[in-house]
Amino acid sequence: MKEIFVLTEHRQGQIRDITFEMLTKGKELVEKTNTELTAVLFGKDVKEHAETLSEYAKKVLLVEDVMLENFNSEAYQKVLSTLIKEHKPLLTLIGHTSFGVDLAPSLTVSLDAPLATDCIDLKFENETLTVTRQIYGGKVNVNATLRKAETYIVTIRQAAFPAEKEAPINGKIIEVSSPLSEEITEKRFIEYVLPPLGGIDITAADVLIGIGRGIKDESEIPSVEELAKALGGTLACSRPIVDKGWLPDDRQVGSSGKTVKPKLYMAFGISGAFQHVLGMKNSDLIIAVNKDPNAPIFGVADYGIVEDLFKIIPPLKNKVYELKGQK
Amino acid sequence: MDIIVCVKHVPETAEAEIKIAPTGKTIEKTGLVFDINEWDDYALEEAVQIKEKFGGTVTAITVGSEDADGTLRKCLARGADKAIRLTDPKFESSDSFAIAKVLCKVVKDLSFNIILTGALAGDDGYAAVGSILAELLGIPHATMAKKIELNSDIAKVNRELEGGMEEVVEVKLPAVLTVQTGINEPRYVSIMGIRKAMQKETKVLDLADIGLSENEVGEAGSWIKIEKMYLPPVEKQAEFLKGSPEEIAAKITDTLKARGLL
Repeated sequence: MKEIFVLTEHRQGQIRDITFEMLTKGKELVEKTNTELTAVLFGKDVKEHAETLSEYAKKVLLVEDVMLENFNSEAYQKVLSTLIKEHKPLLTLIGHTSFGVDLAPSLTVSLDAPLATDCIDLKFENETLTVTRQIYGGKVNVNATLRKAETYIVTIRQAAFPAEKEAPINGKIIEVSSPLSEEITEKRFIEYVLPPLGGIDITAADVLIGIGRGIKDESEIPSVEELAKALGGTLACSRPIVDKGWLPDDRQVGSSGKTVKPKLYMAFGISGAFQHVLGMKNSDLIIAVNKDPNAPIFGVADYGIVEDLFKIIPPLKNKVYELKGQK
Repeated sequence: MDIIVCVKHVPETAEAEIKIAPTGKTIEKTGLVFDINEWDDYALEEAVQIKEKFGGTVTAITVGSEDADGTLRKCLARGADKAIRLTDPKFESSDSFAIAKVLCKVVKDLSFNIILTGALAGDDGYAAVGSILAELLGIPHATMAKKIELNSDIAKVNRELEGGMEEVVEVKLPAVLTVQTGINEPRYVSIMGIRKAMQKETKVLDLADIGLSENEVGEAGSWIKIEKMYLPPVEKQAEFLKGSPEEIAAKITDTLKARGLL
């Protein structure tokens, strides 16, 4: 039977959520395409992960090699392309993560397989693979079809599907001997660098006032900080603010920063690209101010204000001062 | 170090309201401001800084229409020595694979130690051109670079991972490195830079010049074909607060009071 591959992503002893999210989608796809779900796992001393995966997939292909101990796109590409050539899966799902982005595009060239990256959905219709992607920072959806081929590679956006745990299916673990015959020489993993400790812990704040690109100028930040202080909150931000060096990176909310869950998250001038939303969507109450009525931030906010943020902040600050004064 | 930097001329959409064109296959471009793709802006700065440190040349290259000259002029004014624009109506509807094939055909005959480009483009967001190009050229790559240190034949790269983590990898040169935003501080264009840019050469090449066939580029040469663009369906929509700024401020504080947040 044809298979659908899901490439397991793991780091420092942990299988990453994206793997289970892809297994959820994979399960749905195998039912519709009459194929079989296979989790592909590379690493060193990762039998425990294989056991876990066997609860989700019919088959686990396990390749262990000292050269696969840490993710290395060159090593992963060699091993995965060997497996794909042998098994000819209908489809291989890879996370659109830092690892997946480093691996999938070059892998597909070596296989001459069509690739669609950063997909939020996919389906086979009349033997054509149709994917849904988000472009322009999440402001536009696009449906696209892939050129017909024997095998496809699709990278999946984080949190596009839920990680569902159903009754364990007791899949078969198949150990495959490593096809890596020679040293990996072009690329070498050296080490992980953890974010520096200390500074402000925005994950501990009950109230976060987030600022984004719409703030326009660094000189506007103190005024927002005053509002944050008045509300007993802490200033946080989206990526562009850290990129510009206006706030330190311990203030960044999103997939490459912190995941927060405050009682109140106010977003000023943040459009709501998925990377940011991933980090704040579970906040108890979200209030967003943005000029673009179609900004994706309004899809996660409880309350939205379509207005120039500079028109809202001064009266809001005054109102808060007024109420605090009455207390 | 001879550096090639691949750039793209894209509409700025982070702050703009986007409309879908009547064809349903692209967005309405009128009224949008175009500029160098944000990630490429950092790649350009990194290229110029490497040149300033090690000597050598920077060549900026783009696939796009005549309008992309705006982005190339910016590259030249900021320190690139040469620019190449690859322009042909047949390049339209190219995906990352087709674009990488076009770039490959041109850069393979140039002398370079490093190719830099943005980790992704703010418009189509494939995040794939750089590493496809590397594979087509048969050289290594590292994506999402937050820091690059160079020795004579090795690049030590800090790659951005999730949650504020990074990994350090070494790749042999020549290599393609894709750059994440925030890696450096892109400089402003100086008047002197603009003057110097006017003396610099921009070469324009089309499909025939680069020697690819029609079916290797555009939709025919792509893996992926756009069928339909649409505004994302709204699953959950915020309740919009309306009124004067003062009225809105009062509505916000009422909500906060009701939730015990004030």
